[in-house]
Formats: sequence, structure tokens, C-alpha cells
Amino acid sequence: MASTLAACGGGGSDSATPVLNWYINPDSGGQAAIAERCSEESGGAYTIQVSQLPRESSAQREQLVRRLAAEDSSIDIMSLDVVFPPELAQAGFLAPVPEDIAQEVSEGVLEGALQSATWEDELVTIPFWANTQLLWYRKSVAEAAGLDMTQPVTWDQLVEAAESQGVLLSAQGRRAESLMVWFNALIESAGGSIIEENSDNPEDVQWGLSSPESDRAAEVMATVANSSAVGAGFTTSSEDTSATEFESDAGGFMVNWPFVYARAQAAVEAGTLDASVPEDYGWALYPRVDADSPAAPPLGGIDLGVSAFSAHPDLAYDATACIVSDENQAEYMITNGNPASSAAVYDDPEVQEAYPMADTIRESLEAAASRPQTPYYSEVLGSLLREYHPPGAVDDQTGERAQELMQAVLSGEQLL
Amino acid sequence: MSQTTLPPVEKTQPVSAPGGTISDRSKAERKLGWMLAGPAFLVMLLVTAYPILQAVYYSLFNYRLTDPENRSFNGLSNYWVILTDQLWWTSVAITLLITVVTVAVELVLGFALALVMAKALSSIRPVVRASILIPYAVITVVSAFAWQFAFRIDTGFVNNWFTWLPGVSDTTDWFGGTGTSLFVICLAEIWKTTPFISLLLLAGLAQVPEVLQEAAKVDGATRWQRMWKVTIPNMKAAIMVALLFRTLDAFRVFDSIYIMTAGANNTESVSFLAYRQTIARVEIGLGSAVSVLLFLAVVLIAFLFIKGFKIDLAQARGER
Repeated sequence: MASTLAACGGGGSDSATPVLNWYINPDSGGQAAIAERCSEESGGAYTIQVSQLPRESSAQREQLVRRLAAEDSSIDIMSLDVVFPPELAQAGFLAPVPEDIAQEVSEGVLEGALQSATWEDELVTIPFWANTQLLWYRKSVAEAAGLDMTQPVTWDQLVEAAESQGVLLSAQGRRAESLMVWFNALIESAGGSIIEENSDNPEDVQWGLSSPESDRAAEVMATVANSSAVGAGFTTSSEDTSATEFESDAGGFMVNWPFVYARAQAAVEAGTLDASVPEDYGWALYPRVDADSPAAPPLGGIDLGVSAFSAHPDLAYDATACIVSDENQAEYMITNGNPASSAAVYDDPEVQEAYPMADTIRESLEAAASRPQTPYYSEVLGSLLREYHPPGAVDDQTGERAQELMQAVLSGEQLL
Repeated sequence: MSQTTLPPVEKTQPVSAPGGTISDRSKAERKLGWMLAGPAFLVMLLVTAYPILQAVYYSLFNYRLTDPENRSFNGLSNYWVILTDQLWWTSVAITLLITVVTVAVELVLGFALALVMAKALSSIRPVVRASILIPYAVITVVSAFAWQFAFRIDTGFVNNWFTWLPGVSDTTDWFGGTGTSLFVICLAEIWKTTPFISLLLLAGLAQVPEVLQEAAKVDGATRWQRMWKVTIPNMKAAIMVALLFRTLDAFRVFDSIYIMTAGANNTESVSFLAYRQTIARVEIGLGSAVSVLLFLAVVLIAFLFIKGFKIDLAQARGER
């Protein structure tokens, strides 16, 4: 009788279904499709509705932090850039991950991705997709320069090869997150870290920028930036600029995320790029700083957080478990080009077909090093950008200066 | 030739108000005035004074949005940190530079455009006015993107079009240095807000009595003399309002810098500094202190303008 009356009221049984709001980063519709699938699979337990965040990850954080600080209950699930979980966890903005879910979503996840979702040895978010930069090269150029790309290569070798062939080595020299990505990969490959030891107290953070490893990273950065292998607009070069450079006749080598491959394919389909260009694309693991030290490729991607102010945290966690299922990750990788965090997805034949470099991506993710994991990431980033930009002016004093600035900023003694 | 202005109006006391007492009628009018304007005044206080006072209050705390439990009162120490930091003074200098350059160029350009609009044939006047006003109708962020795309080294067309200019080549990286970045930022600001100044000046031009122009013409004044001795002195209030509004606006410059350089190469304005502390770093205390200082600077600018121009705005409105 009651259900009949409810149905007559117009709402039907759906009106009782809790709606989970998932704040997503912009993509090509993949997350919305997953939301729909998981809503259906839940059998009426919940409906996931997506709301889009700004494009830049810093702007995404700004919006989420403001809403969460105001205890906005309209956020249930959030797509978080891998550098943000520590800050949100430390602030108490994330609902604790239930143990059974933690167990379920951690199985078979690539190490770097799992690390990015963890803060103080506890899983605070759910790894969703993982990203990494590869070294892209034009097969014809590498062959002409005599570089054996089946073996690890160093930055110095790349500069030399690009200069000898009169082509460009594209990296991201812009004053933005991408510069942090580059520098972090350099210092980690040299054997150091921007932050040696973290601390809850910002004044007790142990920095690693006044070290020989940091100096070596700075040296490589300046060598690349000051060489004739980089384009004229290097200090304002972004990931997109690099991809455009690499697609041009001057393209030779590039470090960039895997989206560049899908981008070139799309350009061929649209008729703006000759099909022979992407056919000439080769890929390898990120370059090393020194021949005898391993590469530390950049790690990116998205983790899913559940808000501590959500009215339905348990349902939200059930939904995240559905979102990050291997099937969904594989589908998302194929349709949207975002690599999976689950190792098994890379064995999927469809993934292998769509991404011939899938194995290299997995290998890169296994070797990847995350950016500084700290609740004060935006301060660390801001200080680093102030001292390390323009990259051509970086020297062995830069690390010391950046470290002093970070310390002063975190102690509240200096502006940023 | 002597400066020609309106003859001084002899002040006469209203008949109903002898010897400084207020008549019943005036009292009633004043009461009615308060009743009519009161609600608006109250709303204005709520939307402007309240946030300002709250910012002043927060500026006395060490308060991070993601760590509200450790909020602590630290008096004026935020102000001390800011005023002893080189970054603040660099930002002030950059802001002043952008303000002075853009306002000066806009005043000259805006005046020229106002003259064109004033002299345009009445049949085409609406078209001229509308076309001059178009840039002002464009959202600042959109215009900043447009200028950025035009000057970018990869997608921009400026480098192709202006290679004949000394110092410009195919590889000129406009956003790679302080000077060139500021040049483009100023250019975007000038393009965007010159129409605003020209519209205000046009209103001023319309207020110059034609009879004075004719009298000067009869006296044998040249076009140039009429401009300097008749037109401009009689537009003093309009010029001041235009300059004041634009200066205050220019001093708060943010959008263009945010889009074009994101503060790289020492192009940060004071507003940008406030944004970084408050929004990016979520250091509400420090950010509020920067905002309060920005507010004080704006008040100071307004005060200096009004004192400097020796204009009584009430008189300009014809109230006294």
C-alpha cells in the first residue's frame, strides 16, 4: 500500500535511491560512462551523478578544499590528482577507508599508484588510474643519430643526439606543475628527493635540496634548457606545446604523458597530420640523469577520495570499488587514454591493441617516483617554481635557495 | 588669452532656511531621504563593510583553512611579514608600473576616441560608439586568452606579422621575459579598458557649454587653444573620475597576469599575491593581511586623486 502510494506520488522507488555526487576532473566522458554503469550495477542501492571540476589540477584542489573546509555535504566522491591526498587526509577531509574495501582495491595495484593513495602508511584514497611520462622519439631521428633506444638513455645523450640532427628535444619548461614533474624526475633519478623526511609539523620537514643529487639534477636541467636542442619558447613550453613541437618537422625527442599518442592518431583522422608522423613514433622509458643510475619516471593519475562530510560514506566506498574495477579501468584506458592503476589491465588484449606501448607504460609505472608527498604540497610547489624558473638560470646554488625559501614560507616568515 | 570657465554662480540662501536653522520641510525631506536610501545603505554596508571588517579580523590570525584547529592570534605579525618581504615590494612596483603605463596611454587614446565620437556625424554616431565599446564588453579572461594566443610563440600570429619591427622575429618569446610579458599585459589592459575611459570623457565633453567654445572662437582662439583653455579645464571633474576609476581598476589587475604568465618572470601584481596566499595556499590570515593592505592602497589612491585634483564632486554635480 505504502509503495503504491509512493509510486503514485510520482517519485517511484527511485526517489528513495541515494544520489552520490562524484566530482570529476574533465575527461572525454569516460568517468560519466563509468558512473552510469556502476549506478545500474548497484541495483538501486545508489545513483552516481557526476559534476565537473576545472581543468587545471591546482584549480580543482582550490575548489575542493574550499568546499570541504565549509563541510559541504554535496561532495561524496572526488577525483583527486595524486599529489593532493596527503593534504586532504591531514585536514580530516577524507572519510576513513573501510578495511574490506582497502583490501579489495589494493590487490594487484601498481606500486607507485598505491603509494600515491597512501598517507602515513594508511590507504586514504582509492587508486583509480595512473599516469606516467615516457620518452618519445622519432625512430628515424634516433637511428640517424646512432642511438640504441633499446638501451637506457641519458639526458646528455639526448641533447647531443638532438643537436647533432638539428631537431628538438621537447620538455616542459613552463612555470607550472610540469616543471615540478620534470625536476622531481631528475632529482629522484640522481638518487635524491625534494623532501627526505616528512613531518606533521611544517617546520620540521627534512629537505633534500642542498645535496649533491639536487645539484646534479639542476645541472642536467640547465644543460637541457641552455642547449640548442630546445625550442625558442622553452620557458613557456607546456605538455601541449611539446606535443605540437614533436608533431612538427623539427620533432626529435620528447618527454610527455601517453596522451600524445592518442593526440597524434586523432590529428591523422582529422586530416591535420600526415599518417607517417605517428608511424615514426617510438617510445622508451624516461631518460636517466646518469648512465649508472636508474630512471625515475614521473607519476601522475587520479585517486578517488570520499568526503568526510558525505551523508553516505559507506555507499560512496562501495561505488568507488565499482568504479575502479579492472573492467572499468580497461574500458577507461581504451576510450579515454588514461592508463590503469591495476597491473592486470595491461594484459587485456584490447588494451594491448589500442596501446602498443602498454608494456612500457606498466614498466614505467613500476619504476616511477612520486612527487613530494606532503600536506604542504602547494607551498613546496610554489617555492620550487619561484627558484627553478626559468630553468636555464638554475645552478648549484638554486637548491639551497629554494630550500631556505620553502622553510621560511612554511614557518610563516615569508610570502609566496 | 585667459582661461575661460563658467562664471561663478552667486550663492543665495534658500528663503525657507534663514540663519542656519533647519526648517520643518527640510527635516521632513531629510527623513524621507533616509527612509528611501536607508535600505540600500544597509545592504551596501552588509556586502562591502562586512567582508572588509572580516578580512581585517582574519588578518590578525595565523589561520590555515586546512588546519582550523591550530588557528592562533598573532597580532600584527602578518603585516610585519608582508612589509619586510621583498616579494611584496616587487609586486607593488610591478602593479604601479602597469597602472601608470596603462592609465597614461588610455587617457590619451580615450580622449582621442571621445573626440571622434563627439564629432562623428549623428547618423553614424551610434555605430561608432558601439564599435569603440566592443572591447569593453569582452570578459577580461577571454580577452587575456585572446592576447595570449596572439603572442604565443607556437600558435600566435604576431611574430609572423611584425617581423619587420626591430627586435621581433619568428622566435621572439613574448612571455619568456619580464619586459616583453609586461608589454603584452599592458597592451591587453589598454585595449580592454580604453573604451571605458573614452565613454566617461565623452560624457565630460558633452558637458562643456557650447557657448564657451563659441565665445573663444569669436575671441580668435585657435583649435589647440580652445582645447587646452576651454575644453579640458571644463572637463576636469570628468577627467578625474575617469582617471580615478581606471587607476583603481588597474591597481587591482589580476586576470591578464593570471592567464598570460601565471606570475612567471616577476610579473606578479599585488592582487596576484593576495590570490596566492588566500586561495592557493589557503593561508587565510596572511592573505587577508595582503588584501587589507591592497584595500588601504586603493583608499590612499582615491584620497590622493581627490586632493590632487582639488575637485569637490558635490560641486561638480551642481549641489553647491
